[in-house]
Amino acid sequence: MKLSSKIYTGIIFAFLFAPIIVLLIFSFNEAKSLSVFSSFSFKWYTELFNDRDTLESVKNTVVLALSATAISTTMGTAAAFGIYRVRRNWYKSIFNTVTNIPMINPDIITGISMMLVFVFVGRLFGMATSLNFWTILIAHVTFCLPYVIFQVLPKLQQMDYSLVEAAQDLGCTPVRAFFKVTLPEIMPGIITGAIMAFTLSLDDFVISYFTSGNDFQTLPIRIYGMTKKTVTPKMYALATIIFFVTMALLLLNNIIDNKESRELKRKKKEIKGG
Amino acid sequence: MTRKLMALFIVLVLICSFGLTGCNNSALTLNVYNWGEYISDGSEGSFDTVREFEKWYKETYGTSVKVNYTTFASNEDMYNKISSGAVSYDVIIPSDYMIARMASENLLMPLNFDNIPNYQYIDEDFKSLYYDPQGQYTVPYAYGIIGVIYNANEVDAADTGSWDLLWNSKYDDKILQFNNSRDAFGMAMYKLGLDVNSEDKSVWDSAYNELMKQSPLVYSYVMDEIYNMMESGEAAIGAYYAGDYFTMKDAQADDVDLQFYYPERTNYYIDAMCIPTCCQNKELAEIFINYMLSEEPAVANAEYTYYASPNRLVYENADYIENMGQEAMDVLYGKAENFAQEFNKNAYHNLSKEMLDYINTLWETVKIN
Repeated sequence: MKLSSKIYTGIIFAFLFAPIIVLLIFSFNEAKSLSVFSSFSFKWYTELFNDRDTLESVKNTVVLALSATAISTTMGTAAAFGIYRVRRNWYKSIFNTVTNIPMINPDIITGISMMLVFVFVGRLFGMATSLNFWTILIAHVTFCLPYVIFQVLPKLQQMDYSLVEAAQDLGCTPVRAFFKVTLPEIMPGIITGAIMAFTLSLDDFVISYFTSGNDFQTLPIRIYGMTKKTVTPKMYALATIIFFVTMALLLLNNIIDNKESRELKRKKKEIKGG
Repeated sequence: MTRKLMALFIVLVLICSFGLTGCNNSALTLNVYNWGEYISDGSEGSFDTVREFEKWYKETYGTSVKVNYTTFASNEDMYNKISSGAVSYDVIIPSDYMIARMASENLLMPLNFDNIPNYQYIDEDFKSLYYDPQGQYTVPYAYGIIGVIYNANEVDAADTGSWDLLWNSKYDDKILQFNNSRDAFGMAMYKLGLDVNSEDKSVWDSAYNELMKQSPLVYSYVMDEIYNMMESGEAAIGAYYAGDYFTMKDAQADDVDLQFYYPERTNYYIDAMCIPTCCQNKELAEIFINYMLSEEPAVANAEYTYYASPNRLVYENADYIENMGQEAMDVLYGKAENFAQEFNKNAYHNLSKEMLDYINTLWETVKIN
């Protein structure tokens, strides 16, 4: 590698990781300050685990992200398959455009318009509080959905459809053919879509802000609420933990991937050898 | 393998969502909407106000209550949420000018003080202020007064004492100014002896000229960034609330010595507990407000937030005085005499839309400069 490209990579890594490293260091600070490091301590980690409200909001955020991912991945895959099977081209492009609207819409417009709909429906049924866990879940599914479709559709188009036809020729019902042939073929797209949906839902602020009710506060909203005074170092501790958990998951993912591809190569060799 | 993982994942999600809806079934709920970090929440061994209230209520009334405690970052955020009619809250804690606005828009309910006997402990000086002249909507929670914080290692004591310190060219590039128009203009107007609630454009023009004079000396326009800049010694002079001065002093670097004083005229604010019209259980809300005024929670909250309390049970409590220390007591309560009069004169009231637009235009010019 040339020196200049080394420097370039170095700068990029510095920009990406310097803020995280600062945060990581100050999460072990005994004092409350972000500028003075007094001494090393786990104080803020114990504080964090005693803070029921923060832990509750972490739980809320994760539950919401998992539910939104599960629903939007299932719905998105079904929708992608539906769009793929539509014959008429103009019909197909209408569907494509419509599903992409939540993706190109600014968050704030999606958020406000969703809130208006929920309030309208809530009033219709005479509810005092029209926003709750279910409204925020619907909102999250809505904005995650296009990303899943966006990932799954190309995989479907790449797939050789004669494989499915062959399966049906050999006696598979259409449903069975879908699960036995189509699904494994498009699985990488589904997984990427699910991961995208999960991360998007996890760190969404704007849409959650407009659609969350009085009994369900997610982590980003809670942290935002702290900005009147200072954000407490408990949050640095929390961010550090989240960072390491994500790192661990990514590593795990890579290890599994490597293992699978090695096994695949081994099998191919066996076939050739045999 | 992937299918097994999928199944596991779906089961997990189902369990989670059932657990979530399961706990919403308790008999009573109370929805409280407060500023972030504005209540003693059990951290660092402090009093956990919300949980203690739930426990106390169960012991006193025999039924359990679930408090949904959520937070906002600004009065305007809170206002939008309430006025949209999307969510119902039972107790909110907005600031003075926002209370005036909400009362005028019929968003607040008059309180039944029979359910709030502890209201008697609130100092008379804090009742029936301009935002609630009949004293029917609000119970004050905490108040704050803006003062000047400076680093005594860099600033001569002789220069301190008034707003002039923030215009002193000796401290070029060491001065912090508020990054919001109302507070920045307010400072210039207190300095010049002008009325901060004037509807006369020429008054604002003179404040604008004063801010333009100051702008070459200003290191940065800040809000809560002021904490780190003052603590580290990056800046030497800034104005902020008395309570926050102690938060900074606790975290100051070794070579920084933060000190505090009140200029003669300055800003006062009060945050007060109110019940919005969307409240679902008014009596429960009043019981909660009353609980917040009782000695143990009130003292704990005052110690946690570091803001001054209008509650006699707090500022006459021997433990509180001892824990805060004499210096803190002097700073926090030192300017509280004649509070009602000073507050009504110097607090920020609501301005007309036209005035606000005009001020914002001036403010943009200051910031661009």
